[in-house]
Amino acid sequence: MSDQSQNAGQEATPAAAPPAPAEAPEAPKPVDVGKIKAILEANDSARMRMWLSICSRCGLCAESCFFYLANNKDPKLSPAYKAINSIGKLYRAKGEVSREFLESLEDVIWGQCTTCKRCSMYCPFGIDIASMIAVARAVCYSQGIVPDGLARTTDNILRTGNQMEMPDEEWIETCNWMAEEYGEEIYGLEIPVDKQGADYMYTVNPREPMYYPQDVGMAAEIFHLAGLDWTVPSTGWDATNLAMFAGNKAVAAIPVKNMYDAAVKLGVGAIVITECGHAFRSAKFEGPYFLGIPGGKPPVPVIHSVELFRDIMRDGKIKLKHKFKHKVTYQDPCNVSRNGGLWDVGRELVNLLCEDFVDMSPNRELNHCCGGGGGYIPMGPPFKKRRMISGKVKADQIKATGADYVIVPCHNCFDQINDLNKEYELGVKVVSFKEIITELMVIPESMIPPEEDEEEALAQEEAMEEVSEEANKEASEVEGN
Amino acid sequence: MAMDKLYEFLIGPALWVAVIVFVGGLAVRLAWLYGLSRERDKPWHDFEDPKWAWRSIIHWVLPWLSVSSRRQPVFTGAVWVFHILWIGVPLFLEAHNLLFEEAWGWSLPSLPAGLADWLTLVVIACVLFFLVRRLTRPEVRVLTSAWDYFLILLALSPFATGWLAYHQVGPYGLMLNLHIFLAEVLLVIIPFSKLGHLVLFFVSRASIGYDFGTRRGARVW
Ligand code: SF4
Ligand code: SF4
Ligand code: SF4
Repeated sequence: MSDQSQNAGQEATPAAAPPAPAEAPEAPKPVDVGKIKAILEANDSARMRMWLSICSRCGLCAESCFFYLANNKDPKLSPAYKAINSIGKLYRAKGEVSREFLESLEDVIWGQCTTCKRCSMYCPFGIDIASMIAVARAVCYSQGIVPDGLARTTDNILRTGNQMEMPDEEWIETCNWMAEEYGEEIYGLEIPVDKQGADYMYTVNPREPMYYPQDVGMAAEIFHLAGLDWTVPSTGWDATNLAMFAGNKAVAAIPVKNMYDAAVKLGVGAIVITECGHAFRSAKFEGPYFLGIPGGKPPVPVIHSVELFRDIMRDGKIKLKHKFKHKVTYQDPCNVSRNGGLWDVGRELVNLLCEDFVDMSPNRELNHCCGGGGGYIPMGPPFKKRRMISGKVKADQIKATGADYVIVPCHNCFDQINDLNKEYELGVKVVSFKEIITELMVIPESMIPPEEDEEEALAQEEAMEEVSEEANKEASEVEGN
Repeated sequence: MAMDKLYEFLIGPALWVAVIVFVGGLAVRLAWLYGLSRERDKPWHDFEDPKWAWRSIIHWVLPWLSVSSRRQPVFTGAVWVFHILWIGVPLFLEAHNLLFEEAWGWSLPSLPAGLADWLTLVVIACVLFFLVRRLTRPEVRVLTSAWDYFLILLALSPFATGWLAYHQVGPYGLMLNLHIFLAEVLLVIIPFSKLGHLVLFFVSRASIGYDFGTRRGARVW
């Protein structure tokens, strides 16, 4: 980590001239300067100009950043330094930079920043370093410089409309399978697909149907028990958006458009985002701008699971056998709390569910990024070691609470905290809200499947089978409906 | 004699030019940025809301209302004092107000001379503190260029030379002219440098207030 950051920093001290601007025009082959200029021009906004010029180099932002804190306060990891030496240099050189320079940026803009926006809170001017880094990402992406793991997700979106390349049919199959499976526990449970005019359209992270189908099942249990009028769309069900972090706006627009289109077509009341942070950021805040929607608001209100679960529990639509007894702490995903304004909602829900809650410090909108955001987790093995090093801040926060469980309403944070758990032997269990709710909820009498009767029926069937195979066939054909 | 002529020039035409460039430069920069923002800063205008602008600004205008300012209380306290004095002392200085009176027949209330003298020393002390901080804290030093040192010394120079002139240290005429000249250079540079934060601070804080507050429902301080 420190090796690489030093390399990045060697380019020039902030005072020195922009790096190698002279080389680029003579060797236009490796760098498409025109493209870079176009991206810089498109993002040459009043705020960008202002931020680049008024940063008073006060250094207050340094302490906000967990990369800085976890790496011996390496001054080159301070947010201002990273911005000045990436996007600042790009603008100063008017885009005429060498490939070597751009390659050195990859490390800075993906390896040293998760675009968590904590630094904006620490800056007297509120300079939005994350947005500046995002433009630098777009520039590098345009030149094919992007971590492989992220590049793959944008290819997948282009091919299939979702980041994990899961065909829509498989998504529906998974829903049906889960409806059947969880229907054995809750009588009448279904996962309605494409239900017109439903109140809520539930969207997920593709890793749920892909690797953790129970997440879909648990959500269905909760919605069914709460008596919600809900549905899942057959297309546009992927709420995530890693192209947003890769720096490709055009591709980032695709999943958002699919989702909005589905919601509008079905005429639903709201889009519900699964327990995922960046999906919420994409769907609610950035998405409208990817699509150029005037006014910057999604066509249908977007809410996060945390909000919906809070409403359900607060309104007593689901009763608990008892509150969760273990000591828990709560991870504020940046994109739910700091960048989503839901830190109080999250706490309200924790307190509705758990009796022993200890907060991390700092917390709420000031909570640190887990260290896996901004596309870091999908960037994969080449970045893993550094992810563990800078995640130490989060690991220490968790350790200090003495909690046994960490509730995490974000898939990225979830993976990261699980990794930190192993790396730093935290000995905690990482859980989602869904897991806690479904574990403790009281299933009303009317929803308890008639187990005894069914068993009897089965036994009878078996008995009949023994008596006459033909008779049995007929019988099951009738019952099969 | 030459000093007197120079003085006449500095306090006459040169001052006019400096003030016009200062005010005009800031106004033009503001207007230009605003125009650009209408075209390119959609989120800013989509979510404009005076309430969040105000909240965002106030939490950084007053000291220690933001987390970050509380984490470095001495520095942010010094920054606060410095800014108030940097604007207040020249405006309410008796010598300046005599000139205002002479020129326009109108002036602001004046600080007692002794107090103004001490406050000038406080400004100088603040700047020395900033310089030491800049040189000793690695995360600040790494961000600092020669231009940053120049600007902070320039911002201090009218105070230093004014103080020296007032106490008749060194040749008075030269010191006085230097004092006026440096103040004018400063005025001219402000609109075109990071010192433009004199007004852009408010713009920047308002726009981030909209982004975090109106748009995302979150605080940014
Ligand atoms: S956005 Fe987060 S990770 Fe990036 S520089 Fe700021 S604090 Fe650090
Ligand atoms: S806190 Fe803001 S003004 Fe200070 S160095 Fe960081 S980005 Fe620049
Ligand atoms: S992974 Fe979690 S903590 Fe980190 S940026 Fe995303 S939401 Fe933030």
